[in-house]
Amino acid sequence: MDAIIQVNELTKFYGTTLAVDHTSFQVKEGEIFGFLGPNGAGKTTTIRMMVGLTQPSSGTAWIDGHDVTKEPVEVKKTIGLVPETSNLYSELTALDNLIYQGELYGVPRKERKNQAIHLIEEFGLKEHQDKPFQKLSRGLKRRLTIAAALIHHPKILFLDEPTTGLDVMSARGLRKLILESKKKGLTIFLTTHYIPEAEALCDHIVIIVEGKIRIIDTPENIKSQVKEVEILEVGLDRITEDLKKKLLFMEGIEKILIAEKGIRFQTKSIDQVTPHIIKLIEEQGAKIQSINTLSPSLEDAFVRITGLDSELMKIDKPMKAGPE
Amino acid sequence: MEELKKVYFISKKDMGAYYLKPPLISWGLMLPIVFVFAFYFRNPMGIKEVVPGLIGLTLLFSCTSMAAIVITFEKRIGALERLLLAPLEIRTILFGKTLGSTLFGLIITFCITIFLIPIMGLSVNHPFSFVIIIILSGLAFSLLGILISVGVKEVFEAMTMSNFFRFPMIFLCGVFFPVPSMPFPLPVLSCLLPLTYTVDGLRHCLWEGKPMIPLFLDLLILLGFVVLIFALSLSIFKRRIHQEF
Repeated sequence: MDAIIQVNELTKFYGTTLAVDHTSFQVKEGEIFGFLGPNGAGKTTTIRMMVGLTQPSSGTAWIDGHDVTKEPVEVKKTIGLVPETSNLYSELTALDNLIYQGELYGVPRKERKNQAIHLIEEFGLKEHQDKPFQKLSRGLKRRLTIAAALIHHPKILFLDEPTTGLDVMSARGLRKLILESKKKGLTIFLTTHYIPEAEALCDHIVIIVEGKIRIIDTPENIKSQVKEVEILEVGLDRITEDLKKKLLFMEGIEKILIAEKGIRFQTKSIDQVTPHIIKLIEEQGAKIQSINTLSPSLEDAFVRITGLDSELMKIDKPMKAGPE
Repeated sequence: MEELKKVYFISKKDMGAYYLKPPLISWGLMLPIVFVFAFYFRNPMGIKEVVPGLIGLTLLFSCTSMAAIVITFEKRIGALERLLLAPLEIRTILFGKTLGSTLFGLIITFCITIFLIPIMGLSVNHPFSFVIIIILSGLAFSLLGILISVGVKEVFEAMTMSNFFRFPMIFLCGVFFPVPSMPFPLPVLSCLLPLTYTVDGLRHCLWEGKPMIPLFLDLLILLGFVVLIFALSLSIFKRRIHQEF
């Protein structure tokens, strides 16, 4: 498969702040390609440069054979973007929004309304088609915004944090829609800070932190970066500060991730450290409720590669003001 | 042809979303009617002298009412980004926005004119030129509004700036006081404002008195304003997009 997206040394400065630092990557046609990183990593800025919304400070981005800085209109004909904030027109109905998008994208008149109705049905919006956009729930707005991005049959769909701010059911439904779109041959480029989402959806993942790419690879290959590391997961009834301090200084442990009712240890010598961990926990008066050994997840690999706490990745950005 | 279609679609959407709404229509119609009757009751014989100016004012206020804030407003709510994402040239977006407000201004102005002509006993001497002046003036005023909209960041700034331009024009452009009778340097300022040529051109078409300059010059200068203000708006808009997006 040829590369449908080619990015070479793409860079963006805002004043003296380097938001995107010489990123280079390729996306193959028909794949789901993910940009994974914490808030402020440069994911949205990268996507905005690729779709022609933001001028790069330097570097190039070629979308389906067109240079985005020299042929922005040609690029925009072949792509659809679902921005982080669902920004369709508040006063137009769901159906009218799709028809208007079809008009702007040059969809022929005969096809426009049919395609709009087809997308309304495909995205489960039939009973809401005559409601103004502002009256739709967040999940429905996001679905409609994705439908609007598909009205003109783009080759590439850009999704910027598609499930941020959605409830669990809506997010699951949306991920299912994304996978179904891929089966129809669409190339999908998405940004996310949800590690499980990137793992579940993406054929290739870029991990980006502070504007710099740390790794580009498949989820399996990224996980194999921490293959020699084993994971011990211990569920406890309570975790005291004293226990935390003692565990942090224990030898043989590479990394500790502390959740509310459990601790995850990364170690290269699980057989040796396990008895010491159990002994320490019992000495501190805590009760072990469960104990598991796991193979490394993408989250573990992310933490290893970036040095960041994975809890950082669970923080949503504050929602911008807009029709949503 | 494709580009023209998209200009039409943008203006059609704006007409439905902003212009063809009761508050804007009532404001657009009521203000000039109130002005006309105020002057008529004050001096029924002198009404013919001020009607060209009142028609010009109607066109100015109706064309700039929404044009001055539409781009700033859409930028704030995120809707402008939708247009920038679509495969549209920047000039297409500006044309579309301009056409929407121009059409609204033309509708209001023609309604008022049709209302005024029989009541005030007026006749349109050069109907073709009358229509061309109204269209060119509508475009010039809408573009002035668009220029303000692309030049500022906030909606309240746009409203302030548009009044900064509009209200002085009422007194400087020959609406109520002839330009040649104004003390220096006011006539110089008048010559730099498009409404001056609208009022003068309309005087050719509606009044038996003596306008300032030949009609063809009014038309040429108005065309010049359209081209100049469009080029300026396009340049500023492109620069703002580069800075803010």
